[in-house]
Amino acid sequence: MERIPILRLGHHLLVSIQVDLHDRLALTLQDDLTQRLAENGARGVLLDISSLEIVDSFIGRMIGNIAAMARVLDAHTVVVGMRPAVAITLVELGISMQGVRTAIDVDDGMRLLEADTAGEAGNNGERPPL
Amino acid sequence: MRDVSDIVAVRQQTRQWAGEVGLSLVDQTKIVTAASELARNAVVYGGGGSVRLELLENGVKKGLRLVFADQGPGISDVEKALQDGFTTGGGLGLGLGGARRLVNEFTIDSEVGRGTTVTIARWS
Repeated sequence: MERIPILRLGHHLLVSIQVDLHDRLALTLQDDLTQRLAENGARGVLLDISSLEIVDSFIGRMIGNIAAMARVLDAHTVVVGMRPAVAITLVELGISMQGVRTAIDVDDGMRLLEADTAGEAGNNGERPPL
Repeated sequence: MRDVSDIVAVRQQTRQWAGEVGLSLVDQTKIVTAASELARNAVVYGGGGSVRLELLENGVKKGLRLVFADQGPGISDVEKALQDGFTTGGGLGLGLGGARRLVNEFTIDSEVGRGTTVTIARWS
C-alpha cells in the first residue's frame, strides 16, 4: 500500500507530502502519524504541504485532526509551506485552520517546534523521567 | 466516478483544463478545489456518478464549466444542504456551500430518489 514517509528528526517527526493526496492516503497518514507519536514519544510534528496544489475540506479536516491528535499525545504540530493560492481558496471554502500553527517554511517551522519544546520541558526537549 | 480514488483524477483533469482555458493560478485552485468537493459528494453521498467538462467562450472571456451528476438518493432540503456545517455524513459540512463560494456560477438540481446534478463555472 502507498504510504507517506514519516521521518524522525531529533525529537520531532517530519512529514512532507509530495504526492496528490487522495482520501485513503490522507487517512492512512493520520493513523501512521498517531501510531508513531505514541511509539516514539516525539515532541513535535512538522507537516510540509508545499507540494499540495489544493487543500479541500477533507484534507483540511485531516490536518486539523493531526494537530488535535498530536496535542492529545503531548506533541505540537506546525504546518509549513502552504501555497498562497491554497491559502486564499481555503479561507473562501470556510476552513480557518483554527488551532493549527503555521510557518512559511521547514526552517521556520522547526524553529517554532524547538522553541516550544525547550520552553515547555526546560530540559532540551527530553521528557522528564516518569 | 465510482470510488474516492477517482476524486484525484477529477482534480487532475480539471486542473489541466483550467490551465488551458487560461484561468489565473488562484482561479485554477478555486475551481479544482470546488471540483474535489463535488466529486467527493457524488461518490460518498450519490453512490458514484459522472462529471462533464465544457470549455466556454464569451467574447474575449473564456471559462470552464463542470457538470456533476449522480443517480443517488437526492437532497430533500437543498437550502439546508448549502448551509455551512450541515452534514449527514460526518464531514465538515463545507463541501457544497464552500464549492458555491469558489465559483462564478453554481446551480443545483436535486430530486429525492432520482439524484443530484450540480453545475459550476469559473470565468477568466
